Formats: sequence, C-alpha cells, structure tokens
Amino acid sequence: MQLRNSEGRFALAIASPALLIVCFVVLFPLLTTFVYSFMNIELISKNRGNFVGLSNYVQVLGSSNFWLALERTLYFTILSTALETVLGLFIALLLNEKFWGVGFLRSIVIIPWAIPTIVNGSLWKWIYNGEYGIMNAIFLKLGLINEYRSWLSDPFAAMNLVVVADVWKMTPLAVIFFLAALQSVNITTYEAATVDGAGPIRRFFSLTIPYMTPTILVVLVMRTVEKFKAFDIFYMITRGGPADGTKVLIYETYLRAFTNLQYSIASTYAYLFVIIIMALTAIYLKVLKKSEENNA
Amino acid sequence: MREKNVIFNVIKYIFALLVALAILIPFIWMVITSISPQRNLTAVPPVISASSWHLDRYKAILTSVSASDIAYAFRIAMGNSLFVSVSVTILALIFGSLAAYSFARLEFKGRDTLLLFLLFTYMAPPVIFVVPLYMIFSYLGLLNSRITLVLLYCSFVIPFIIWVMRGFFASISRSYEDAAAIDGCTRLQALWYIFIPMARPGLIATGILAFLMAWDEFFMALIFTSNLAAKTIPVAIAEFNGKFSVDYGMISTGGVLASIPPVLIAIIFQKYIVMGMTSGGVKE
Repeated sequence: MQLRNSEGRFALAIASPALLIVCFVVLFPLLTTFVYSFMNIELISKNRGNFVGLSNYVQVLGSSNFWLALERTLYFTILSTALETVLGLFIALLLNEKFWGVGFLRSIVIIPWAIPTIVNGSLWKWIYNGEYGIMNAIFLKLGLINEYRSWLSDPFAAMNLVVVADVWKMTPLAVIFFLAALQSVNITTYEAATVDGAGPIRRFFSLTIPYMTPTILVVLVMRTVEKFKAFDIFYMITRGGPADGTKVLIYETYLRAFTNLQYSIASTYAYLFVIIIMALTAIYLKVLKKSEENNA
Repeated sequence: MREKNVIFNVIKYIFALLVALAILIPFIWMVITSISPQRNLTAVPPVISASSWHLDRYKAILTSVSASDIAYAFRIAMGNSLFVSVSVTILALIFGSLAAYSFARLEFKGRDTLLLFLLFTYMAPPVIFVVPLYMIFSYLGLLNSRITLVLLYCSFVIPFIIWVMRGFFASISRSYEDAAAIDGCTRLQALWYIFIPMARPGLIATGILAFLMAWDEFFMALIFTSNLAAKTIPVAIAEFNGKFSVDYGMISTGGVLASIPPVLIAIIFQKYIVMGMTSGGVKE
C-alpha cells in the first residue's frame, strides 16, 4: 500500500506538466464553450451573455445552413477517403513488387504528404488558376476545352478540385499504412496459392483483401475523422465559396465565430461537431482494438 | 504463362511511371514557377524556358530589409515557424514522454479515463477550444505571441506523444526495471538510464512527427497571430494568396522554402515516420 501511494505520487508528479498544459488549453475551454452554447453572446449586438437554454441548438438544427454544411462535409469526407483508400491500396501493392526504380518510388511517395497543407492548397490554386493556370493550358492542348475556364467559380467543380488537391497530398499516408501491412504478409501462403493455380486476381481477392481488411478499416476511420476536420485546404483554395459551395461544417463554425462574432452560435456548431467526432472516435477505438486482436 | 508475365510487367511499369509523374509534376511546377520570370507565368499558355530561370526571388527572401515586402515577411515568418516548431518539439517530447512513462508503468486512479480524454483532445477539432482561448489570451494581452503559439501547439502535440510513447515504454520488459531497482536505482534514474535509451527510436519518431505537426499547423496561427511578431509561414502564404493581385512567383518561392524542411525530414527519416505513425494509429 505504501508503495502504491508513492507510485501514485510519482506518476502524478511526472505527468503533471503535460496534464496542466492540456487542461488549461483544452479542458477549461471545452467546458466554457459548452456553457457558451447555452447563452447568447454576440459581439456585434448588445448581447453579452444571458442564458437562453436550448434555443441555440433549436436554431442551428432548424437551419438549412447546418444541414447543407453537413452534407458538403460528408460529400468531401466520403469521396476523398474512398479515393485515397483505393489509390493507396493499388500504389502500395505496386510498391510491394520488385522492379527497377521501386526504391526511388518508395522514397518519393512521401513527398506530397510532407508538403505543408497551406502550401499544397496554394500550389493547386495556382494550377487551377482561371487566367494563367497550367491546368487550363494542358486541357486546351488536349482539346478538352475550347477556352480557358475559371474552374473555381463553379461550386460543384470547386468542391471536386479541393478533393483532388487533398487526395494528392494524403494518399501517401494510406500507402504507408498499407505497405507496412503488406510487408508483413506471409509469402509462403501466396506461393502455395500460386502452386494451387490461383491467378493474381484470385490471389488479390481471396488473400490480399481479407488480410488487409483490418488495416483498411483503421485507415478508413482515421481518415474520416481527419477529413471531417479539414479546414486549411478550404481556407486556402476556396474560402468556402463560390456561393457557399465548399462551406463545410468547420468553415461555417469558423465564420460564425471570427467573422460574424456570434460566439454562442459558433459554440453550438462546435458542440454538434464534437458529438460527431466523439462518435467517430468511439468507432475508431473499436476498429483499432479489433484489428489488434486480429493481428495478434 | 510467360506472356502473361510480360503483360503484367508492362502494366506495372506504366503504373509506376504514372505514379511517379503524379507525385512529382505538381511539386516541380511549383519549383519552376518560383524560378520563372513573371512574364513567362502570365503568358497564355505559360512559357517554360530553362534559359530564363533565375533565383532572384530566393535572393530577395534572404536579403530583403523592407518591412512592406512579401519577401521580408516570408523570411521573418520562416523564422517564427522554426522557433515555434523547435520549441514545441523539445517541450512536448520532455513533458509528453514523462507523462507517457507514468501512463505505461505506474498505476494510479483514473489512468484509463485520462488516457481516453487525451486521445479525444488530439482527435477533437481546435475550433471547439479557440473561442474561450481567444478571449483569455486577448484579456491577458498575449495574442500575437510566439510563446502563446508554443503553448497552444503543445496541447495537441503532447497527447499525441503520450499516446505513441506509452506503447513504446510498455513494450520494454519489466525485468530491466527490477534489475535496476535491485541495484538501487530510483524511478527517475530508471527512466533516465533505461527507458529513454531503449525507447530512442520511438523518441526520434515522435519528435519528427511533432515537428512536422507544428510546422504544418495553420488554424490556430491564423486566429492567434496578427503581424510579423508571431505570424508563421503558412499564415504568411495564405495572407498573400488572398490579396487581390497575387504574385504567384513569390508565393511559390515561399511555398518551396516552407516545404524544404518537412520534405527533407520526411525523405531522410522515412523509416522513423512510418514506425511512429503505424505504432500509434495516428493522424497526419
């Protein structure tokens, strides 16, 4: 018992700087935001904070703004996660092969991931540029278009172009995870299957896919959480426009807080967001646990 | 069978070539933009001619002294980014691994709840913290300060380090500690002489990822900084890109410079990065 106590004290002592920082920067604001979401703080009006009960939640959940932003968030999340996972799987399978130049390819595949998100956004914005962009020049040369187009002024095109920029940067992450899993595959099983007459396609579906499923799940859930939080790339390429076409949930929250100065409404948005993230995190933990059990 | 193999190999090489081009072309285009004269960039279609390439914009960033210059802003912002990222890496590694050790080895009440809370804090979007934080820091007069950014970044880098390093520490056999205890080591000594050296690969891996996370961070820097006293390079790039007439040559130069540290680190330390990411089940 004595030992337990001293152990507890020691644990607390060495963990305390980390916990203090996290509590000050996270726990305290988290609770404050929660309280704000039941008040009516608005710096542009005279409201400085009366309790209004659930009316913010009623207002937000009853507005088309919230549901449209959620829809855009889901579109971006699902499309880019799906693309990254499929592309990532194929590229990982390629990099797992032996051929001339594979070492070079393996070392450069990480480059897009390493480029800062804002630089990535600025790079693609320049590529998409309506007046001088290289994408216009290439498409014109290929005969896909007759004249330069301002791609980012169409809401639907803008959203898809943000997806392209994001997929370019983040596919390497999926590749890294899949390649690590592939490299621990038992070769003899494959050889046995080959001897038994299973072709590459058959081997892919009956050996590779089942073996990779836990890793695929981890990547899917992890990326979904991250995509939900994507802000930088939207800020950089479209600023939520045109015509709100790329205004995802987190961007809406940011605008409410720092452009409209509606702190309470922003807090309400943030909390609705947290509920979704918590649900996703719970799923993530479950998937992680399951995949660890499967690998063991 | 042999014919099939040939076809398979051809497909493999074509796919490999496509992947290499897809990875390299956008990045190379940014580099070419940064060294091309403005008139070639605003030509329709753009002119790519190696004979006209120059390094004037890089020189400008290294030497400019005029405070109204984009080049000057980029240099100062790079310095701020470097200061913030290095400080965060060092502080978060120290505090984070101490806490990770305590989570991995010592038993105390509420450990598992705390651990889940930490996972949540680094999964949660910063937008749920920033409004009260903004009010506090503005009340304290601490907006627009590099120290504030260091503190803010520590709040998401530390949980990440705890989450990953806990796993590394837990994988070290208890028999080492028992031997150390018999030899009269205190817990702190055991941590210093046994755990830290044995977990060195993990520390390098998490340290690199911590640096990259801090270097990449944009959202909080956007909200908490307002001028060159603390603005980081992502904020400077975003700001000059939002202006009405955009100097894409200069923006690309800033982009290349901001990419050099993380890209070099990623290529050189790729093994550590893969290890750090796959051992914690981690984000970017």
